[in-house]
Order: sequence, then C-alpha cells, then structure tokens
Amino acid sequence: MTAFGWALADSWTIARRTLVHWRMQPGMVLFNWFFPVLMLLMFGGLLGGAMEFPDGDSYYELLVPGIFALGMLFGLEGTMTAVTEDKSKGVTDRFRSLPMSSAAVVLGRCIADMLDSAVTLIVLVAAGLALGWRWHEGLPAALAAFGLLLLLRFALLWVGIFIGLTVKNAQSVTMVQVLVWPVGFFSSAFVATSTMPDWLGTIAQWNPLSATATASRTLFGNPDPSASATWIGTHAEVAAVLAPLLLIAIFLPLSAHRFRTLSR
Amino acid sequence: MTTERVIEAVGVRKNYKGGTEGAGLNGFDLEVTAGTVTGLLGPNGAGKTTAVRILSTLLELDSGTATIAGYDVRRQGAEVRRRIGLVGQHAAVDEILTGRQNLVMFGRLNHLGHAAAVRRADDLLERFSLTDAAGQPVGKYSGGMRRRLDLAASLIVAPKVLFVDEPTTGLDPAGRLEVWSAVRQLVDGGTTVLLTTQYLEEADQLANRISMLKAGKVVAEGTPDELKTQLGSDWLDLVLADPADVARVIQLAEPLADGEIRVNEVRISVPVKDRTRALVTMANSLHEAKIDPEDITLRRPTLDEVFLHLTGAAA
Repeated sequence: MTAFGWALADSWTIARRTLVHWRMQPGMVLFNWFFPVLMLLMFGGLLGGAMEFPDGDSYYELLVPGIFALGMLFGLEGTMTAVTEDKSKGVTDRFRSLPMSSAAVVLGRCIADMLDSAVTLIVLVAAGLALGWRWHEGLPAALAAFGLLLLLRFALLWVGIFIGLTVKNAQSVTMVQVLVWPVGFFSSAFVATSTMPDWLGTIAQWNPLSATATASRTLFGNPDPSASATWIGTHAEVAAVLAPLLLIAIFLPLSAHRFRTLSR
Repeated sequence: MTTERVIEAVGVRKNYKGGTEGAGLNGFDLEVTAGTVTGLLGPNGAGKTTAVRILSTLLELDSGTATIAGYDVRRQGAEVRRRIGLVGQHAAVDEILTGRQNLVMFGRLNHLGHAAAVRRADDLLERFSLTDAAGQPVGKYSGGMRRRLDLAASLIVAPKVLFVDEPTTGLDPAGRLEVWSAVRQLVDGGTTVLLTTQYLEEADQLANRISMLKAGKVVAEGTPDELKTQLGSDWLDLVLADPADVARVIQLAEPLADGEIRVNEVRISVPVKDRTRALVTMANSLHEAKIDPEDITLRRPTLDEVFLHLTGAAA
C-alpha cells in the first residue's frame, strides 16, 4: 500500500475506535445525540408561545435551523475533550511512537467527529419534522443547507483540535465549554438578530453561527427577519461558506503546528 | 553473544523552552548492547523521561546525536519507530475499549492485517495472563493489569528495543511484582530493554547495567556490582545489646574506619577497607572490652548508598 493508502487506513482504524466507544457506552453517546433535541423542546416550549410571526408561522420554523447550527457548535466540546484526554493520558504519545501515519491521529478524530455530527443532525431533523418544522424549497436546497451546517462543524472541528492540543488538562476544557454557551446565544440561533439592541445585534450578526443559521433558514424557506434586515443577513449564504473556510484557514495550520510541536 | 549497540547517545542536550514541563538533558551519553536490560536510575527531575522521549522520537533533541539500531532518531524517525516499543509513564491504553480491542487496534496501527492482529492480540493476552479479562473494558482493570496490557501493546511487532518509563510508579506491591515478572519474561525472550526508575530496588532486580542520572547527565555507569564496588568500602555493621556501649564501640572502631561511622540507635555501621581483617580485629577488640554484640556482619554497600553518594541527594 502507498503512504497515502496507509494514512487513510490508519485514520479509519483511529476513527473506528470512537465508533466502538459508541457501542461500549451507548448511554453517553445517546445523551450527546439527544441533548440538542432537549434544547429544541426546551426553547420551543418555553419561548414558543411568546413568539409572534407576521404570517402566523410557528416558532419552530425559526428555531429548528438555529438548533441545527447550535448542535454543530456543541460538537466542538466533544472534539476538545477527546483530544485533551488522549494527550494527557499518553494515548497520543503512543500513537506517535508507532510506525503509523501521524496525520492519521488527527484525521481519524475528524472522521469520527463528522460521523457523530451527521448523526446529531439526523436526529435533530427527525425531531424537527415531528414538531411540524418543514423545508419548503425542495430537497436540493435542503441538502445544500445541511452541507453548510456540516461545513461549519468541520471548521469548528479544527478549532476544537487546536484548543484540545493547547490546553493542559480536563479542567481547562470545562472552562472553554462554558464559553461555548455565550457564543451559542449571541447569535441568530434563537431569535432574529434584528430584534436585539443594535450593538448586540451587530455582534450577533457577525457570529459565524448566525451566518450558517440564517443561510440555512433561507435555503429551507424558513422565516428569518434578519435575512433581509441587514447587509450581512442578505449575504448570509456567502458568509456561511466564507466564515468556516476562514476558520479552517486559521485553525487547520495552527492545529498541525501544535501537533508537530508536541515534540519540542 | 553479540555486542551490537542498539542504543547509542552522545552528548545529547535538551532544554525545555517553557522550563516547567520537565528536566532537560545536559550532555547525556548512553550505550546499550543488544539483549540487555539497562536501568536509567535517577531522582525526579533528573531527565529520565526526557531521555526516553528523545530516544523514542517523541521529542526533538537540541544537540548531540542519538541512534537506535543505527538509525538517527532525528532524521530517520520512521525507521526508528518501526523498531521500538514504548511503555510510557501513563498506561496509554484506551479505557473504554476491552483489552482485546485495544491490542487489535494497536496491531492494525502496526499495519497487521485484521486476522493477524486478532491472532497476535490473543497470543499477547495469553502471554501476559490477561485472557480471562480480554473481553472487559480496560477501565475495570487493576493497575497491574493495565500496565501488563500496556506492555503487551508495545510488543505487538516484537520491537528491537523496548522503552519502559517508570513501569511501577503508582502500583501497589502486588502490581509491582506482576510487572516485574512481565519485564523479566521479555528479557528472557531476548528483547533489549531500557528501563527508567527511581527505585533502586527495581533497578537492582531487573537491570544488568545501570546508568545513574543526575541533572541531565549520566554520573555513573556499570553493573550493579561494579557500582557497589565503585563506592569502595564495605560496611561492618554492629548491633549492640546495650545502648550504653555505643560510645565505647565507636572508639574501638575508629582506627578501622575508612570514612564516617554511622550510628542509628544501637546499630553502628563502619566503612572498612580490608574486610576480613577489620572483622577479626573488631571481634577481638569487643572480646577484650567484654562487650557482647547482638550481631556483627560484613556487607557490600547497598545501591541506595551508592546512589546517595553519587547523586548527593542527601548526606
């Protein structure tokens, strides 16, 4: 087999390790997959009654794509935790001492986490459909929206790998996990940014999470008042492609650098 | 008997930039011959783990050279990794996977086919007496079992050199014995082992040769016996029945002493040069002084004494 072939084979071996974790600890993984559904029910139930839309849409029409984006953001925590644990428990060092492709250590994590997020998304879509949410612009547009969501997840994956390789231990991960929440809330995930005070709305609009949430609403044909209210809103689809690409351009090289400097 | 040098390090230096992560190396030299167990012995912070990480390609050295089986650790890392096994300070196995799943995964990452990886896993599980626990998640293993699995995982491709970094730190006595016997088995199988430890007893038990490390440099090297001889003196130990005699006995021993006499309650240790004559003279003096000791013995210095002497860790 070629070096490239081995790199793929090794990546798959590492990814499969995570799949076996799912089988060994089904409770844990099910909780992770259903947690965003809980968020959906919580926010839909708590706030849905108070939300009014001009053409009588249900709050779920706006909320469901927002929670999709939020689910992608939460995936970051899993990546971070797994990377930090392997590093601090010496598993990463063991991999690095083997005659395997060193890129596979990171690529394997990528594959596993993207599969994990795909399942998260499928579970959320099923929950959304059950609650009455629909896409209205046809399947190709809907698939494009799912593509944007997974692109965001892929970008956040590299952020997670970078942070995971950088922080010292599990306690620091907890701190970063807490910070994930404000990033999730200061966005258009729950409400249109046009309803916020100007300064806050501006911050929220430029949150990459908002771009993906707003763009996928447009593609699904779900209402999002901020989509037409602001410059960034009207360009949400472009932003939803460019922002993740920018994150990847920053954090992929940083992660690769971090990984290499484990040996310094 | 071959004298092939499988590990060779010359003048290796390493400074950590952050300064907090570990002890550096300061002109570290080491030669290890095939089929031997070398103990790298030193207190915390002497640089033992740094040395192992450099030799196993996990860490880059600043200057000097190091080769494993003739391959440069810096420039031929991939070749080196094909020939080594590493048992780090943590038992670096996946806690959620079962013992067998772990070994099969590491076998696959060593590029064995699936069937070969499974066969090898089962062989190793049996060899390390883990067959009964093979199907259980490693999280349920005892410390000793985990270490044994860790050893097994590093032996998947029969490495030329096995690095074992503080294998028994944090284990209870039973776990320590389990790991010792596992390491001895390896040695009987002909694996060259570099073992780091802060326990002298462990080095004495397992190693053919010992390199003593202090502040990133090897300060003494040899077989355990040679090291004991290097310190020179044998010790004449006297245990007295009556504490009142201590002062008098010290006085009698003084002409024989080749160094400082140590006293611990009724035990008096006298460093002596000419062992048998010292014993006879001492026995005669005691007889004349009508002092009847509980015990009088000659002994070689313990490795502890050599260690303390060479590292100056304590008086």
